[in-house]
Amino acid sequence: MSVRELTYAQAIQEALAQAMDADPSVFLMGEDIGVYGGAFQVTGDLVHRYGEDRVMDAPISELGQAGVAVGAALAGCRPVLEFQFSDFATLAMEQIVNQAAKLRFMLGGKVNVPLVMRFPAGSGTGAAAQHSQSLDAWLAHVPGLKVIQPSTPADVKGMLLAAIDDPDPVMVFEHKLLYKMKGEVPEEPYRIPIGKAHVAREGRDVTVVATSIMVHKSLEAAATLASEGIDVEVIDLRTLRPIDTATIIDSVKKTSRLACVYEGVKTLGIGAEISARIAESEAFDYLDAPILRLGGAESPIPYNPELEKAAVPQVPGIIEGLRNLVRGRM
Amino acid sequence: MNAVGKIKPNARPFYQKYTASQLKDALRKMYLIRRFEEGAEEAYMRGLIHGTMHLSIGQEGSAVGATMALRNTDYITSTHRGHGHCIGKGADPKLMFAEFFGKEEGYCRGRGGSMHIADVSTGNLGANGIVGGGLPIAVGAALAIKKQKRDDVAMCFFGDGASNEGAFHEALNMASVWKLPVVFVCENNKYGMSVSTERSMAVANVADRAAAYAMPGVIVDGNAIADVEEAIAEAIARARRGEGPTLVECKTYRTRGHSRSDRNRYRTKEEIEEWKARDPIPHFEAELMAHGLATAAEVTAIRESAEAEIAAGIEFARLGTDPNPSEVTRDVYSNEAA
Amino acid sequence: MAVEVILPRVDMDMATGKISKWHHKDGDKVAKGAALFEIETDKAAMEIDAPADGILRNIIVTEGSSAPVGSAVAWIYAEGEAVTVPAPAAKPVAASTARAEVPSVAPPSASSPVANGEAPRATPLARRLARQAGLSIASIAGSGPRGRITAADVRSAGEAKPLPPPAPAISSDGVQKLYAPGSFDVIPVDGMRRTIAARLTESKQTVPHFYLSVTCTLTTLMATRERLNASAPKGEDGKPLWKLSINDFIIKAMGAALQKVPAANVTWAGDAILQHRSSDVGVAVAVEGGLFTPVIRHVEGKTLTAISAEMKELASKARARKLVPSEYQGGTTAISNLGMYGIEQFTAIINPPQATILAVGAALERFVPVNGQPVLASQMVCTLSCDHRAIDGAVGAELLHAFRQLIEEPLLMLA
Repeated sequence: MSVRELTYAQAIQEALAQAMDADPSVFLMGEDIGVYGGAFQVTGDLVHRYGEDRVMDAPISELGQAGVAVGAALAGCRPVLEFQFSDFATLAMEQIVNQAAKLRFMLGGKVNVPLVMRFPAGSGTGAAAQHSQSLDAWLAHVPGLKVIQPSTPADVKGMLLAAIDDPDPVMVFEHKLLYKMKGEVPEEPYRIPIGKAHVAREGRDVTVVATSIMVHKSLEAAATLASEGIDVEVIDLRTLRPIDTATIIDSVKKTSRLACVYEGVKTLGIGAEISARIAESEAFDYLDAPILRLGGAESPIPYNPELEKAAVPQVPGIIEGLRNLVRGRM
Repeated sequence: MNAVGKIKPNARPFYQKYTASQLKDALRKMYLIRRFEEGAEEAYMRGLIHGTMHLSIGQEGSAVGATMALRNTDYITSTHRGHGHCIGKGADPKLMFAEFFGKEEGYCRGRGGSMHIADVSTGNLGANGIVGGGLPIAVGAALAIKKQKRDDVAMCFFGDGASNEGAFHEALNMASVWKLPVVFVCENNKYGMSVSTERSMAVANVADRAAAYAMPGVIVDGNAIADVEEAIAEAIARARRGEGPTLVECKTYRTRGHSRSDRNRYRTKEEIEEWKARDPIPHFEAELMAHGLATAAEVTAIRESAEAEIAAGIEFARLGTDPNPSEVTRDVYSNEAA
Repeated sequence: MAVEVILPRVDMDMATGKISKWHHKDGDKVAKGAALFEIETDKAAMEIDAPADGILRNIIVTEGSSAPVGSAVAWIYAEGEAVTVPAPAAKPVAASTARAEVPSVAPPSASSPVANGEAPRATPLARRLARQAGLSIASIAGSGPRGRITAADVRSAGEAKPLPPPAPAISSDGVQKLYAPGSFDVIPVDGMRRTIAARLTESKQTVPHFYLSVTCTLTTLMATRERLNASAPKGEDGKPLWKLSINDFIIKAMGAALQKVPAANVTWAGDAILQHRSSDVGVAVAVEGGLFTPVIRHVEGKTLTAISAEMKELASKARARKLVPSEYQGGTTAISNLGMYGIEQFTAIINPPQATILAVGAALERFVPVNGQPVLASQMVCTLSCDHRAIDGAVGAELLHAFRQLIEEPLLMLA
């Protein structure tokens, strides 16, 4: 299998193209995904290769689009819906939460809703409060949905292909700052299973469970801490629902310390869920320090660049937090 | 004297294109709906079931009239007041009762209940508890039909209240922009729960809103099954020809309250009585007999057979299997490990 | 509801305690605050007061029995309250032989309320390790924030103080076989003896001792002492208010010398050396079956008569085994004086974390050359043991030199 370097956005585009090649029922829908190429140039020139019927520009009707995706999925298609910003999921919550997530259950398991919704998420672009949120935990709270947050070009291709194959609705959160990140990506289609976390770095002293861009920030922090003799294990959670608890338990039993690093608002975020799962599990008896959560500030994302940085975990803060945790200062 | 089964040469198209047996079957469906809901109401009052229900008694004309012209491969999306649509599209009342009673044998294995009863095998994509929830779903199903190059249609039932939801406007716009085979069927029963259309809509008719989306907006008497069927048949034909969606507004009335908690404070006894006098079932019976398509004895037999089927359905449901509480998360995902 | 009487923790590294005496018996009326029972810990005996007014019932740890810190030993019921059958006495947790990766049953009362009523803070891992090692969590000092006990604390406690006590290389049975039956009495090793054995073995094995000796002439000191004692005012009973001993001068001189050589007023803390501001001098007191080393604090600021009075009180408390931990813990140096037994000179084992101990021999008359002529003088030999990790030879010598100057010219103590 040949491997090239692609950006995260290119890896998504390749996955979309390969999915459309393999299955005529797959189609894309979203705002400005046609000739414009998508707000973040993810769909790029796909409209020229696959035509307007399969790369559909939709009216600015997020609720309507989400419902159309549900209906098309019920009737035998595999729609992949791009939201221009994940913040706009709020406009479509009815269809996502009440319909996509519940129809299979409400109808006694007699239908599937095989749709994918892609959400460009996160801060760091100066887009302020209504275009920078991380609402992944909102959707991960809903049984019936699957929620993934791939952190690398290779992961996003493999997980997106797995999501399109999946018979259930899969929500894909893509951090906007990752779109330009480069990485090696195999050319052939491949699948990375949903619901399986990935140990991005092995270590002995502390387990960091990170999501999306925070995986990279945590790895950077780990590299600095290694020079201080602190050996950090970084787990890329990859999937928020279903959570791969077993991988985290195994790691915490080894390191005896747990930190959760995520961009979403700290309170009631994914870190709370991970912490609780460890506290409820056999790994509790292996904890040698309190559990640390590093999450987004209890505020909307601000515009000013320094404030914007202050609103989500950054590398120095992660270093300090992990150091205090491992050195027994918290 | 006309022999039963013969059609008057001057009869309207509705009475010409269906056989007497098809028309009598339509009457029987109206009775099944009526008796199903009366049986459900009684079961509720006897404490046999829990949860609320939304009865469509008085609206059977639009439910059966709209679904008569559909094929099995056509889709419908239904509403919280959806028992009629479900039976109209061909569901078995005894499996509906089983669902109503929360049994494993029910259409949704006891997970959906009154508000979500749907027979997927007859193309029913779900009865929706969210006002307006089914509108974009029907558009999506129609989009799939178009992509799959089928000549089926998606029929979307909704009420006057739903036409005030954003989803209505987004759905109609998209269906029209993409010329999708959707038939939007508004059952305007005059009230969104307690608020009248006069107090909640800036236009007099829901059908007036079709103009904003460049599609035909047709108004019919929802209590006259023939009126409903003829308008719908034209909309379906238009959709199958690839000419896009139509909005058909059926003016009708629910003689029961919105749900079990309704105390009818927002309308008068006189109004309810006036609409009861326009009950779609006797109206259809009279026309059938006037056209010589059924005798009074046949009508009685149809009613009694519907009643027997409903009674048997209730008995079937009562004896059904209760779901196992340990299986509460079953069917949330296709892959149960998730 | 009946009030639980617990075996309290009265000492930092105390895991269990033995009830040596009950002052009341089952059914006695007891008053809150009155002495209820005595416990013997590794280091001391202590009286424990009743926690409530009422009737003492259900004594489950009898005289001579031991129980883990924090466990119930009896209950005090309100008068007229129905007495229930007590739960079985908590047993010290034995080291588990089964590998318990996932404890499938509730752990045996891991959190032991300590004397102040607050459960010790410990991480889940520390608790689990302590359970597996058979250590009482309450016996371990926590190094984390707010005193939290971590896995590292349990591991070092397990290394420093393995429980059950290290299997002696020599077994009692093995030794007894070497002697004719009936030719000896077996004296059980009690808590104090075990502590002495453990601490001094550890010290002698791990502390790099070196020794410095000096001979001090006591002519001036003897005369000074005589004059001071002669001028002591009389109390109401006609007895003099003080009678200074040579030892009182030695304590004072050692305290003053440490102030002159602060580099020697240190203790060894592993990754640091603590240099102390005050001279807190421990003085070994022999008692039946062992010894105590009560500490006279701030010696540099105390008069000879104050030191003398304090020493008398501490010695009598030590002999009665009534010292409390605050009276014998700490100390920046120690003095062991065997002069009264006529011992001319000896070396003493340092009591860690202290870095010095002064071994004082007997004051003996000797002829010493003064201007080429033999002159009779009273002299004693003092030997300073030093922990070379904390104190080098020159520093130790400086200290001993300063000490000798003060002993030979006691007026300098006033300077």
